[in-house]
Amino acid sequence: MSEISVFGEGLKKNYGNTEALRGVSFSVNKGEIFGFIGPDGSGKTTLFRILTTLLLPNSGHAAIDGLDIVKDYRQLREILGYMPGKFSLYHDLTVEENLKFFAGIFKADINQNYHLISDIYDQIAPFSKRRAGKLSGGMKQKLALSCALIHQPRVLILDEPTTGVDAVSRREFWEMLIRLKKLEITILVATPYMDEAILCDRVALMQEGKIMTTDTPERIIESYPLRLFKIKSDRPLQLLKSVRQMQGVKNAEMFGEYIHASTNNEIIGIDEISGFLSKNLNFSFKIEEARPGIEDCFIYFMQKNK
Amino acid sequence: MKRFVIKEFLHIFRDVRSMIILFGMPLIQVLLFGYAITNEIKDARISVIDHSMDYASQAVTKRLYASGYFLEGEHIGSTQQIEESFRKGENKMVVVIGQDFARKLESGNHPAIHLIADASDPNTANLLVSYASGIITAYSREIFLPENIPVIVPESRMLYNPDLRGVYMFVPGIITILLMLVSAMMTSIAIAREKELGTMEVLLVSPLKPLHIVAGKVLPYVLLSFINATAILLLSYFVFGVPVHGNLLLLLGESLLFILLALSLGIFISTVSNNQQTALMLSMFALMLPTILLSGFVFPIENMPDILQWISLAMPPRWFITIIKSIMIKGSGIEFIWKETLILVVMTMIFILASVKKFKIRLE
Repeated sequence: MSEISVFGEGLKKNYGNTEALRGVSFSVNKGEIFGFIGPDGSGKTTLFRILTTLLLPNSGHAAIDGLDIVKDYRQLREILGYMPGKFSLYHDLTVEENLKFFAGIFKADINQNYHLISDIYDQIAPFSKRRAGKLSGGMKQKLALSCALIHQPRVLILDEPTTGVDAVSRREFWEMLIRLKKLEITILVATPYMDEAILCDRVALMQEGKIMTTDTPERIIESYPLRLFKIKSDRPLQLLKSVRQMQGVKNAEMFGEYIHASTNNEIIGIDEISGFLSKNLNFSFKIEEARPGIEDCFIYFMQKNK
Repeated sequence: MKRFVIKEFLHIFRDVRSMIILFGMPLIQVLLFGYAITNEIKDARISVIDHSMDYASQAVTKRLYASGYFLEGEHIGSTQQIEESFRKGENKMVVVIGQDFARKLESGNHPAIHLIADASDPNTANLLVSYASGIITAYSREIFLPENIPVIVPESRMLYNPDLRGVYMFVPGIITILLMLVSAMMTSIAIAREKELGTMEVLLVSPLKPLHIVAGKVLPYVLLSFINATAILLLSYFVFGVPVHGNLLLLLGESLLFILLALSLGIFISTVSNNQQTALMLSMFALMLPTILLSGFVFPIENMPDILQWISLAMPPRWFITIIKSIMIKGSGIEFIWKETLILVVMTMIFILASVKKFKIRLE
């Protein structure tokens, strides 16, 4: 087992009567990309703010590289790189000024540490005289990542770094994160995008302030205990209604143009479903058995927890 | 630290609104107060009802109009018309000279001369009456040598500001208001802005100590406020001829002290407000209104109800206005204003302590 970089145990946090975190425990290995996957309001940001020493947990404890998040907050703030969910650079400063400022407050030397960010920063360098507020969403995120990396943090904490960013920039952003692994920086990333989960080394699926499961994305998918079918037609809403009426179908959800239907009954297969649907529908449809994605797993765990 | 200060200057210079508040306001305020808002009397319209029509009454009339304070208003022939002309706003004061003015004057009797003023604006009425009385008394004393008429005429002298020029009063007031505004309001907003934009989150998760963050935010404003204070002094000296009788270094030193006080107050405000709007409202109500209303700048403290007088003791601007008036107009040295200075020092320390205590190292 490799060295543990970040761990949390029984972390709880309330805002008034609202429970934002209800006992979260996890551990992240050194140099790993660890994803917290969950919808808005699942407690990802609260968890990250606790880990970055910005909030105090009501109970439970956590440590990063052996430093306690409550007691040793001062030393912790030297080794963390943090990118909050909201774009938090200075809009009225240029790209270059932002980078210089953040290098300055961490007492980091830009030239000495440039190799850390060269991959990323080279792409925005042509715009170095442009104000940060005038950059596109993808470029803003690249700049924010550069600023969070310039002091060579030991742990990088990214709160929804790709929210509001176009698909191409999202992919580029993740390629950069994966390249950062060779620098042995532990990366914690929160995201509501299920397709990004597959790019993490390990993920924790979060829902309503709890971690439902933690594992590598592959193993989570493997452990999916149901059979899954993709069904498609021109009238998806009617189709969905019918699928949901069928006995033995545990769950059916729209996934883009397809309906994903899961069954926990070995007897029910393609033939049974097509038979049922042909009887009830007067239009054509296509059905095939499918491999589950992380999103299917997420829905499975979500319903299991209820 | 250096980076932080540079960054802060960039914020200020790139924001048009900040620049206007910082550099436009002082200019506009000084000129506005200097030229437009004045409580001196100039060109007030009056009318004279002369029942004597002799050389003496005409000389008095001429003197009044020649004084520069009065203009000839609507002519009225009888005392019945006085009220009507006041109501129409044609005259602010009417001078009624009784019959046989010159003869009575010569024979040593008291000649009748009435000054009837429109006291719907009591301050103006008071001033008009006293100006007119002054002119009439001066005339009567010129005609008759003092030994002939042994009347006691009190001779009052207005020390330090012999012409009762309003401009002497408002320069200290404006410096105070602007320093308050620029220092306290701008810093509180600047810090609140970091919270609002979320950049405070990143600053907190950095090795910067709260003291660094605050000092980095505040330093540029110390410098700019100081430049501002100097600019106002120069402007009032060269444009309005307001003198600085006291030690200039002492004056600048006291200004610096007051700037620090205002800044610490601004920091304190920012620690209790989470966004720019709250910071702005708090500065407006907590700083601007008391500065203007309770510091003795607009309304004399002696005339306030007891409770407001007590409250005004806690207003930093009150002490600062006293200090700079003493230095600029009376030319006092530190030995006369050490008490006020000490009060400002103590207040500054209280606010700094309070803000360091309240400054949050976390988000809650």
